[in-house]
Amino acid sequence: MPVHSLERRLIERFQHGMPVCAEPYREMAQQLDCSQDQLIACLQQMAERGRLSRIGPVFEHRHAGASTLAALAVPAERLQQVAARISQFPEVNHNYAREHHYNLWFVLTGPDRPHLQQVLDELEADTGLTPLDLPMLTAYRIDLGFALAEAP
Amino acid sequence: MSVCTSRSEQALALHLVTLTQAGLPLVDDPWAWLAEQLQLSVEATLALLKGLQADGAIRRIAAVPNHYRLGYRFNGMTVWDVDDAQMPRLGRLIGAQPFVSHCYRRPRNGSWPYNLFAMVHGRSATEIDSYREHLRYLLGDACRADEMLVSSRILKKTGVRLPSTALDQGA
Repeated sequence: MPVHSLERRLIERFQHGMPVCAEPYREMAQQLDCSQDQLIACLQQMAERGRLSRIGPVFEHRHAGASTLAALAVPAERLQQVAARISQFPEVNHNYAREHHYNLWFVLTGPDRPHLQQVLDELEADTGLTPLDLPMLTAYRIDLGFALAEAP
Repeated sequence: MSVCTSRSEQALALHLVTLTQAGLPLVDDPWAWLAEQLQLSVEATLALLKGLQADGAIRRIAAVPNHYRLGYRFNGMTVWDVDDAQMPRLGRLIGAQPFVSHCYRRPRNGSWPYNLFAMVHGRSATEIDSYREHLRYLLGDACRADEMLVSSRILKKTGVRLPSTALDQGA
């Protein structure tokens, strides 16, 4: 699926930040040398095709609470069932199966560390599996998006 | 959100979060729309946004693409056992690579020897393999071992969303 050139330029220019001024789409259109209508149409099309996750503020919820990366080594035949159980927790916002001895990886987010510990304990009691608990110590890069490589 | 000193400012910030966390509407002036919802002037709304950003409560204000839908279907969680003494320099170096989206130091843990995590994204398995090779080259002798965990399935992926009840609690 090729990335349309206005779309590509829009992402590259504004995935890290967009103008915070009245009529920001007009300002963005000027920077990309297109009309405001073209810019909004491009965003609309991206949104309809699921290529735009959203436009606007990205909040730092960590400020308000605690989070950790956790992993379980789940026997293959139980993976489906354990994964479904994990995804049920409202504290879990990412849950990925990965090809490794530790084959289930998920992020826990909650109001504070004791709350997360409680969830981890509950999870261990439920599944009989001991989770790896790998809270972030230092962030060297946090989801600022990444550069699109040149189209092949 | 420590920028919000008074209760009413905190309520306002929470209202802003619930209004915008799923994205702004694609209307000519989304900030004017937001101002109207918040019953503020556009100037006050822009000042509130900038204040929250300066405080760190807003990470960025941006167009957030869905990289998966743009063809970046391959991601690898690369994990590295890096010499602790060299971590400050190397963590920054790895985090600065354009194909890395997240880069964190995390604790080693019993059977888990890796203390540096970097997510890489690409359009093919070959592409993410080459990124891993590049990171390995950058880390050199400071790295004792590494692995790349590729995802076989996304089982759940949602942004952290405040429930709308948070608004009631804050108000």
